[in-house]
Amino acid sequence: MTTPLLELSGLTKAYPGVVANADVSFDIARGEVHALLGENGAGKSTLVKTIYGLVQPDTGQMRFKGQPFAPAEPRAARAAGVAMVFQHFSLFDAMSVAENVALGMETPPALGRLAEQIREVSRSYGLPLDPDRIVGDLSAGERQRVEIVRCLLQEPRLLIMDEPTSVLTPQEVNILFETLRKLRAEGVSILYISHKLEEIRTICDSATILRHGRVVGTCDPKTTAARDMAEQMVGATLATPSRAGGRTGEVVLELTGLSAPAPRAFGTALRGIDLQLRAGEVLGIGGVAGNGQDELAMALSGEMATGPGMIRLKGREIGREGVNARRRMGLLCAPEERMGHAAAPDMSLTENALLTAGPRENLVHHGFLRWGRARGFAEKVIERFDVRTPGPGTAARALSGGNLQKFVIGREIMQRPEVLVVNQPTWGVDAAAAATIRQALLDLAEVGAALIVISQDLDELMEISDRFAALNGGALSAPRPAEGLGIDEIGMMLGGAHDMAPTHGEG
Amino acid sequence: MIRLERRPEPSRVWTFATPFVAVALTMLAGGLMFALMGKDPVEAIRTIFWDPLFGDFASYSRPQLLVKAGPLILIAIGLSLGFRAGIWNIGAEGQYILGAIFAAATGLAFYPSETWLVFPAMIVAGALGGILWAMIPAFLRVRFGTNEVLVSLMLVYVAEALLASMALGLLRNPEGMGFPGSRNLAQYPSAANLDLIPGTGLHWGVALALITVIVGQVVMTRHQLGFRVRLAGQSPRAAVFGGVNPGWLVVVCMGISGGLAGLAGMFEVAGPAGRLGIDFNVGYGFTAIIVAFLGRLNPIGILLAGLLMALTYIGGELAQLQMNLPLAAIQMFQGMLLFFLLAIDVLTNFSFRYGRRAVA
Repeated sequence: MTTPLLELSGLTKAYPGVVANADVSFDIARGEVHALLGENGAGKSTLVKTIYGLVQPDTGQMRFKGQPFAPAEPRAARAAGVAMVFQHFSLFDAMSVAENVALGMETPPALGRLAEQIREVSRSYGLPLDPDRIVGDLSAGERQRVEIVRCLLQEPRLLIMDEPTSVLTPQEVNILFETLRKLRAEGVSILYISHKLEEIRTICDSATILRHGRVVGTCDPKTTAARDMAEQMVGATLATPSRAGGRTGEVVLELTGLSAPAPRAFGTALRGIDLQLRAGEVLGIGGVAGNGQDELAMALSGEMATGPGMIRLKGREIGREGVNARRRMGLLCAPEERMGHAAAPDMSLTENALLTAGPRENLVHHGFLRWGRARGFAEKVIERFDVRTPGPGTAARALSGGNLQKFVIGREIMQRPEVLVVNQPTWGVDAAAAATIRQALLDLAEVGAALIVISQDLDELMEISDRFAALNGGALSAPRPAEGLGIDEIGMMLGGAHDMAPTHGEG
Repeated sequence: MIRLERRPEPSRVWTFATPFVAVALTMLAGGLMFALMGKDPVEAIRTIFWDPLFGDFASYSRPQLLVKAGPLILIAIGLSLGFRAGIWNIGAEGQYILGAIFAAATGLAFYPSETWLVFPAMIVAGALGGILWAMIPAFLRVRFGTNEVLVSLMLVYVAEALLASMALGLLRNPEGMGFPGSRNLAQYPSAANLDLIPGTGLHWGVALALITVIVGQVVMTRHQLGFRVRLAGQSPRAAVFGGVNPGWLVVVCMGISGGLAGLAGMFEVAGPAGRLGIDFNVGYGFTAIIVAFLGRLNPIGILLAGLLMALTYIGGELAQLQMNLPLAAIQMFQGMLLFFLLAIDVLTNFSFRYGRRAVA
């Protein structure tokens, strides 16, 4: 059979003020893993939403298995054989795996039979998954398997995966790739969206690169260098973050047996974390999502109270100090979730500058707000970090994810912290912006600040960290120098091998 | 096909236009209702909106406008602060009653001695009464995580029982021939809350309401408290990250709204009402909730909404008297106002999109 599985021709979709897709045409062959590459805002999401029936194109046609294909809604796309695994999972924590799978189906069979089907699919594709477990107790990798199994039960011809590896340990990535290879062998096509070029070179057969909504190139990722692909995505040459050298000073932050109960249901308790952080050093903390990253960040920022004697800043006990008191002392924090945590979505950037910069930038005087200064500070952040926005009066929710991330990280960096804790600093941010943020973090360490960078992106951590430690079940491994640390050692530190030895080859 | 699409930013035009469109639609739908009842709709609308200000009896009803709007505005400003923070004090009626009881008890304790101290002491007592009553749901929410909507609402009924007990017992007028109700404070010069300019209805409470509008506007736009209130209401997690202590905010917002409701009760019992009787409260605390939302939880908006609401009350009474309209019809009319407001409000954050959904 020579007709491609999916043919896109001339797809165009415009939103007020922005053309998300302009005349996009390419084919996905049967049984291939096709990469869709592009920076944030390049139009990847709009394109896959079009294929999945969530967005209707203004002009252009699609053909699926040679037939005209114009799904009016996801249900129609699913019926035709298109399935999608989203970057953000739509799962209910309090329900079991089988119940969650049933909720996503048009006509779910009885739970007992469904559980049997789930076991069967997970066995044949090497995705270890127990249908009776409660989703709230699962790791991010296991949650993703729930989503994948849910798709596979529909026996799709085309599987769309949006940033599937961003939450996985290296071992889990290997398991996923085995599954994808198996699917490919059965003739299923996979549209694979990712920023991680090395992964794309490992798993994908062909790649389409989008920039500003247009197809700017296609390539064979197995023979193209990652750097070339990145430069095609960005349309410019990339600078690798660099720093002069690792001079470290006094111990500024000291954690002694930091323990705290989980702040909410399905949270993670912190268990006896010991750590000494020196001025001028970058400590990278890796780990699979949900192993205490949020809780550690909140304990350090002051959003979560901790027991006496556990946290010391420059020798001073701060466990009971509030968020703003810690800011005044020089300990700043940038949480993972941009919308609704690091920034208030409906508030302007000026107001969001006030959110954290009040104490250090002198934006509040006797309880009264200094709007002029706040606006000035917001403008400085926007300019220094190249935040693309009409101005500081724009609501935070109107910014793209990457731009808002530049703003919330920049807001903390511009306050000259002595200790900065950042959680997932470049999550969902395009390559150029990520490079800017990493360079800014390194520059900050260069002038003597101590940094804790919590991330799930191991490449990022290896690139900027002096020392590396891993969070696993709320406990922190002993930090080790990042230089010379192999990927397998890191995997072991993450505890990634726990109860998920690949079941490939058994079935 | 018509669809709703979320706006990237709230529309400024619709934020301001919503109340006016809602009033216009209320007039239309209300007029239709009056017509169906066999009344002349134009005359009914005129009786409600025009006659109280410019009709034959306007010299009587115009001062009533301020007398009724004063407590509504005072209470609504306090409530709006909490509402913006997601703290739902539904029990302003009870705090209003407690303010009146505390104030009346304080005034009557001095009776019949004449000293300028009485009135300020009553103001302090009134505020205190409202604050204490509001601290019950506040404390229960902060300490035990109870729902302040239920607790504050149920405390209204406790307050009403307390009011009846006071009017029949402790605070009953000893010279009142056994009738329920306290002495008339309006006739006790040291305690009386009289018109500052005779015949206008502008008493101390109305003056305070106007000052509160200005203070409220400054707090919401220029003060850290207003910023924290908005932050907590929009994104609670971001508020905690921004240094807001949620429990502290509950206490402050409940305290301010309770205190202002208590003050409204104090000025009412010392002035327009005069006596503390078993039927002292007439629902200002509940109507103020409508006023707060009608005014977009914005102090200036609340000022206008309070005046409008007072107008429909007075006009509604006139329409009952002159046109024999039933009370239920007037209440429906007032309800429509809130209904249309909330319905039109959708346009602030959403826009209509016309067009085909599916593209072949």
